Amino acid sequence: MDLNDTPEQASYRERARAWLAEHRDEAPPNTGALDGEYLAARRAWQAKLAEGGLAGVTWPREFGGQGLGPIEQVITQQEIRREGVPNILDVIGVGMLGPTIIAHGSNEQKGRYLGPMLHGDEVWCQLFSEPAAGSDLAAVQTRARPAEDGGWILNGQKVWTTNAQFASFGLLLARTDPEQHKHRGLTMFIVPMDAEGVTVRGLRQISGEAEFNEVFFDDVHLSADAVCGQVNGGWTTALTTLMFERVTIGLGSEGLGYQEGRFAAVLKRDEAAVADPGVRARLGEIATDLLALRFTGYRMLTALQRGQIPGPEAGLAKITTVNAAIAAGDLIADVLGPEALGPDSDWAYMISFLPGLKSAGGTEEILRNTVGERVLGLPPEPRLDKGVPFSELRAKEREAVA
Amino acid sequence: MNLALSPEQELLREAARGSLARHRTIEAAHGALDGGSLPDLWPTARDAGWPGLLIAEDQGGAGLGAFDAMLVAQECGRVLAGVPLIGLLPATAILDAAGAEGLEAVAAGERPVAWLPARPPSDGEGWTVEPPRGKSRARAPRATRDGDGVVLTGAAAFVPDAPHADLLVVVGAAEDGAPVAAAVEASADGVTVEPVTSYDPTRALAHVTLDGARGTALDAEAETLERAWHLMQALIAAESVGAVEATLEMAVAYARERFTFGRAIGSYQAVKHGLTEVLRRLENARSLLYYAGWAWESGPAEFALAASAARSAAGSALDHAARQNIATHGGIGATWEHDAPLFFRRAQLTRRLAGGTAGATDRVATEVLAAAPAA
Repeated sequence: MDLNDTPEQASYRERARAWLAEHRDEAPPNTGALDGEYLAARRAWQAKLAEGGLAGVTWPREFGGQGLGPIEQVITQQEIRREGVPNILDVIGVGMLGPTIIAHGSNEQKGRYLGPMLHGDEVWCQLFSEPAAGSDLAAVQTRARPAEDGGWILNGQKVWTTNAQFASFGLLLARTDPEQHKHRGLTMFIVPMDAEGVTVRGLRQISGEAEFNEVFFDDVHLSADAVCGQVNGGWTTALTTLMFERVTIGLGSEGLGYQEGRFAAVLKRDEAAVADPGVRARLGEIATDLLALRFTGYRMLTALQRGQIPGPEAGLAKITTVNAAIAAGDLIADVLGPEALGPDSDWAYMISFLPGLKSAGGTEEILRNTVGERVLGLPPEPRLDKGVPFSELRAKEREAVA
Repeated sequence: MNLALSPEQELLREAARGSLARHRTIEAAHGALDGGSLPDLWPTARDAGWPGLLIAEDQGGAGLGAFDAMLVAQECGRVLAGVPLIGLLPATAILDAAGAEGLEAVAAGERPVAWLPARPPSDGEGWTVEPPRGKSRARAPRATRDGDGVVLTGAAAFVPDAPHADLLVVVGAAEDGAPVAAAVEASADGVTVEPVTSYDPTRALAHVTLDGARGTALDAEAETLERAWHLMQALIAAESVGAVEATLEMAVAYARERFTFGRAIGSYQAVKHGLTEVLRRLENARSLLYYAGWAWESGPAEFALAASAARSAAGSALDHAARQNIATHGGIGATWEHDAPLFFRRAQLTRRLAGGTAGATDRVATEVLAAAPAA
């Protein structure tokens, strides 16, 4: 059992650290409103990281990456955090969408999009979820119909779209054949966000901030070469993205910043809290969960190092993370009192942010279904949507609520 | 980064599983509830070299670490095998660190040893032991030096594995509160070992009274004695993880084969989510076993935190798993003949031993508060 780097990893870490130390003065601050000057500075910083070999670490060299493994990716993240500088701006593009294009895109698409994506010149967004398609992603209703010129006409709505307000392109899952079964008639498209008929609207959450957007498509014309992967084979392409999403979230879970020491430091300032057995019991349980997550992460890294891809069990770590953080927010606010919920309080922000995070990347319920079926081998819930053309399914749904 | 088991560790675990499987330990546990006797697993432990796991090789032991010991404890927990590891191994760790005489006999399993678990001070209070009842902990036995010997007076309740021990490793407190370790023959004058009828019949416990009992002083630092306490926490955690694995397998198997309203009960979200909750707690606890194993070898300053967190997570996982297992089986899971109650008994009793699960959780709070930056 060993938490240390191998000699190769240590020398990679050394190089990453040296580069960051040399360029840290060029980095923008860690936080800021993502528009105007700050946004430009974050794009420029991503370009620098890419030139330094610290973006797209796992991308093949021919596309500007380093051709290295997930461990080097993790080391890069650790060193960026250690240096206290911002990460790349477009984690979703570089971490999930770029690898999807590398796996399924045409040579023209790879040549056109990957370079500007890696350097932050063109930021990307993921246009998958819809108001009625979240946990059940294959239920997307956004419709792409063939246009007379061989292209496509797009209509529908997406939601929970991070970075859409400044994205140049989006990777979008649309229904192209509703007469096929739900998972079959889907196609993945590359959509220019400045196309006519695309409307982006910020979606404010409990905190008051708009972390996400809604995106509307009204008769948006796409050319034939906008298809990424096979027509009506979009589910396969989507599964690739979701696999990279698991990897990205799995590798980043330590990075959510929920660490027991940060919570303990606040409580330590209150003598009565430190002496209160109830407070101590709650702190002890929260810290236990967070420590377990750290070592679950190390176990996952060990598996990655051996060439294994994180499976659905990673969902359990996400459930623990969110619930431990919720418990920590509650405990801290119970100790500090209403002041913790004040307008300038970081805790108020955390407390407001977490209820939404509980559903992000799959609700707790759907994660438990997947883990129960795929890890424990429990039988699936009976399904009413298997083998039914999507159009019929929708008709049945409308009938049921009529 | 490597948190995987080494080939030797895989082998150790497989060998433990194999040798324990030769005894029908679960069946025997049922028998014990009806007044029968348990199989004697000591020869199995001795042949496998478990008494010497933590004893140096030049003293006849295997010179292994806490994580290896935890792997064996986990296998014992899976089948509720009454191998006296949690009392034995902390005692051997102290004897080994103290360079005690006669270690070869201990390593060879010729001299069963048990430790009187003494909890290190946490908030100003001194060294304490388990009380016969109630929330107030008992003071560690009073220790007076007498030449090479130590004279001990005091009592400790619910001492694991004491009934079969020839030799007791005791932590007493000197007048100034400093811990004093001694090896006391169980047959010495002034020593009473009174076996307790245990709610979990696979767990041998005794109340131990020392009335001017004379033992040999052990040259052990306070740190060694603290480490022994946390080692016991880690071993209890490992045993519990094994027991959780067993209950989860039992419950999943039943949820797949039992049908209601035309489908397997495991297809219902209520049941499925209950069982994934057991898995979630199990995997968290398992990760913390790795933390404790790592800290024992490479991060001694974190061992108290790691072992306490492991006990806390594994203890509450077992509580939860034992109840979930009974609930998944329905009424039949709560009957005398069923296996599920044996694990429930294990959970109920273990939760209250050696400072309790709640004590370990509190210790986690103590450690993280101490490590946090001051205002």
